Amino acid sequence: MTFAQRLRDAGLAALVAAVLALPLLGFETIDTGGPLGIRARFHWIAYAAVSVFIGRLALLAFFDWWRLRQGRPEPLQSNAPARKDILTRIGSQADKYLMPALIAFAIALPMMPFADRTVVDLATVVLIYVMLGWGLNIVVGLAGLLDLGYVAFYAVGAYTYALLSLNFGFGFWEALPLAGLFAATFGIILGFPVLRLRGDYLAIVTLGFGEIIRVVLLNWTDVTRGSNGITGIQRPSFFGFPFTSSPEDGQTAFHELFGLEYSSIHRIIFLYYVILVLALITNLFTMRIRKLPIGRAWEALREDEIACKALGINPTNTKLTAFAIGAMFGGFAGSFFATRQGFISPESFSFIESAVILAIVVLGGMGSQAGIVLAAAFLTLLPELAREFSLFRMLAFGAAMVLIMIWRPQGLLAHREPTLRLSTQPSSSGGGKP
Amino acid sequence: MSAAKIPLLRVEHLTMRFGGLVAVNDVSFDAWPGEITAIIGPNGAGKTTVFNCIAGFYRPSVGRLTLTNGEQQFLLERMYGNDIAGKARVARTFQNIRLFPKMTVLENLIVAQHNKLMRASGYTLLGLFGWKGYRKAEAEAVDRARYWLDRTNLLSVADEQAGSLPYGGQRRLEIARAMCTEPVLLCLDEPAAGLNPRESAELNGLLRFIRDHHNCGVLLIEHDMSVVMQISDHIIVLDYGKKIADGSPEEIRNDPAVIRAYLGEPETSEAGAA
Repeated sequence: MTFAQRLRDAGLAALVAAVLALPLLGFETIDTGGPLGIRARFHWIAYAAVSVFIGRLALLAFFDWWRLRQGRPEPLQSNAPARKDILTRIGSQADKYLMPALIAFAIALPMMPFADRTVVDLATVVLIYVMLGWGLNIVVGLAGLLDLGYVAFYAVGAYTYALLSLNFGFGFWEALPLAGLFAATFGIILGFPVLRLRGDYLAIVTLGFGEIIRVVLLNWTDVTRGSNGITGIQRPSFFGFPFTSSPEDGQTAFHELFGLEYSSIHRIIFLYYVILVLALITNLFTMRIRKLPIGRAWEALREDEIACKALGINPTNTKLTAFAIGAMFGGFAGSFFATRQGFISPESFSFIESAVILAIVVLGGMGSQAGIVLAAAFLTLLPELAREFSLFRMLAFGAAMVLIMIWRPQGLLAHREPTLRLSTQPSSSGGGKP
Repeated sequence: MSAAKIPLLRVEHLTMRFGGLVAVNDVSFDAWPGEITAIIGPNGAGKTTVFNCIAGFYRPSVGRLTLTNGEQQFLLERMYGNDIAGKARVARTFQNIRLFPKMTVLENLIVAQHNKLMRASGYTLLGLFGWKGYRKAEAEAVDRARYWLDRTNLLSVADEQAGSLPYGGQRRLEIARAMCTEPVLLCLDEPAAGLNPRESAELNGLLRFIRDHHNCGVLLIEHDMSVVMQISDHIIVLDYGKKIADGSPEEIRNDPAVIRAYLGEPETSEAGAA
């Protein structure tokens, strides 16, 4: 940049600063005894403009000096794949090292000295989002269908369990498969009308579907009790042994079974392990199904639908299975949510939940299982940790997401591991004409 | 052989209208098994539209498309695109290459064998639990992929991303992928576009090999006359959506209507080579 260019740039910045400063700094309110008076202080605007001008000049000079020092020309279109940064390298090793380490940590967590009630509770929330992220990853990351209404399936799962437990006395373990099945059915119901749609159009329809479910839950008061929500949902038992201090007659409580002192943390730790197992099942399922024809067809469909058709793949069925299976895991997570909370209401299933789950998938790096864990931890822990600055919490959250997307537009750990490699396949036996 | 008497693909009175535009107008021709049939014609003659009708991407306005495979007969104009590929075994490639760029070369070829593998995996249920029959089917699929990778000189890049291959490699991969579906009719939309002379010569060899060793009819759209004239058994010429000539390369080379369509001037002697 020449000096004239720098001056012009700084001048522009100063002008913007002056315009912004006029309403922000230009007036102050003073106490005039009665109503508040307003006094102009235009010299403040001048301070702002001048300091921005000088600061911008200094910044530009620093940038030029920095580029010179780096011995690089002005940034051109950089060839991204050429340089491998640390996260890309971690991403490519994620399946081998990062995931086992994370799983080992997750299993050991409740036994760690610092793991009190709050920590285990928080970890449970993180795992719910990890599971939702992995479930949505099947739809968005693998099949490439942008779904903005995923929370609908979460709600269907939660209400299925809540209503079954309330009206028919189903326990958690009996209701779990039904909740998954029911959510999958809803996935297919949603899938049918939207099969022709792609990208943005699909996103809009799924967004609408998510809202429809929430509005129905809110207004169908006879069944769902509307905005009052459903209370007194049966808490999970340890395969028939309840977590209570004084069990009913004929029942053995969990602590009696193991001869332990009663403690309320037992249930929290149990819930933690339940969601851990559910999440790991989701992960295992995804890893396996990726290597099956249906999983490869999902990825192929994401890459090129027309080519899929030309190879005899039925895009309708393929999309429907992706919707149904993704929804099924959402349903599982939903019924876990219901049993953990003991109370659900439509408020828990608003659009922002869908947005957070989608953000987890995108931030993690589409299709990366380990990336989703990191993104889920980041997106659920950050608002928790930033509670002290409650006023600026959402601001910090937004800023952090913008920064990550600038820094890594492809997601934290974007890496696609091939589902099979020729080099590891046993050599052909005959080798002749197939 | 009785099979030689029945055409593999019989196109009768094929007409395709887009609103008021008639892209293909009453075209009839036959393609025979074990032969390479080329469709040529100037730009906008309707060649790709004919292809899209055969492959089920368009539903023809008028006409009948009969594919005969041994005992089985398929009326292609009534089938969905994915059934034409899956059941009638018509494979195609695209003018602008359509691979799955982020998947590896090998994965592209495995996806091509989707329907077979899907059945072998018990529609996913058995495969999920590592059923033996599925693993065997997958090994066979890899063997078939290896065979075609070898044929198309892509063995050394089997585990690379398909999108990272050079242009010629992507063209060959698309043909290999189409062949992995074990087609009876292979439709190639300008396979030699963008290839250098050495690569086009290799392509000629590959197409002859497919015709001679895989009992597969080849239908070809091509502009590159060095490919068309050398390997075609039978050429159909379209102009403005109509068939203007049909015959062996020798006949087409000397057909005045073809020369007129390509050059506008009937008397030039080199016209046939253009």
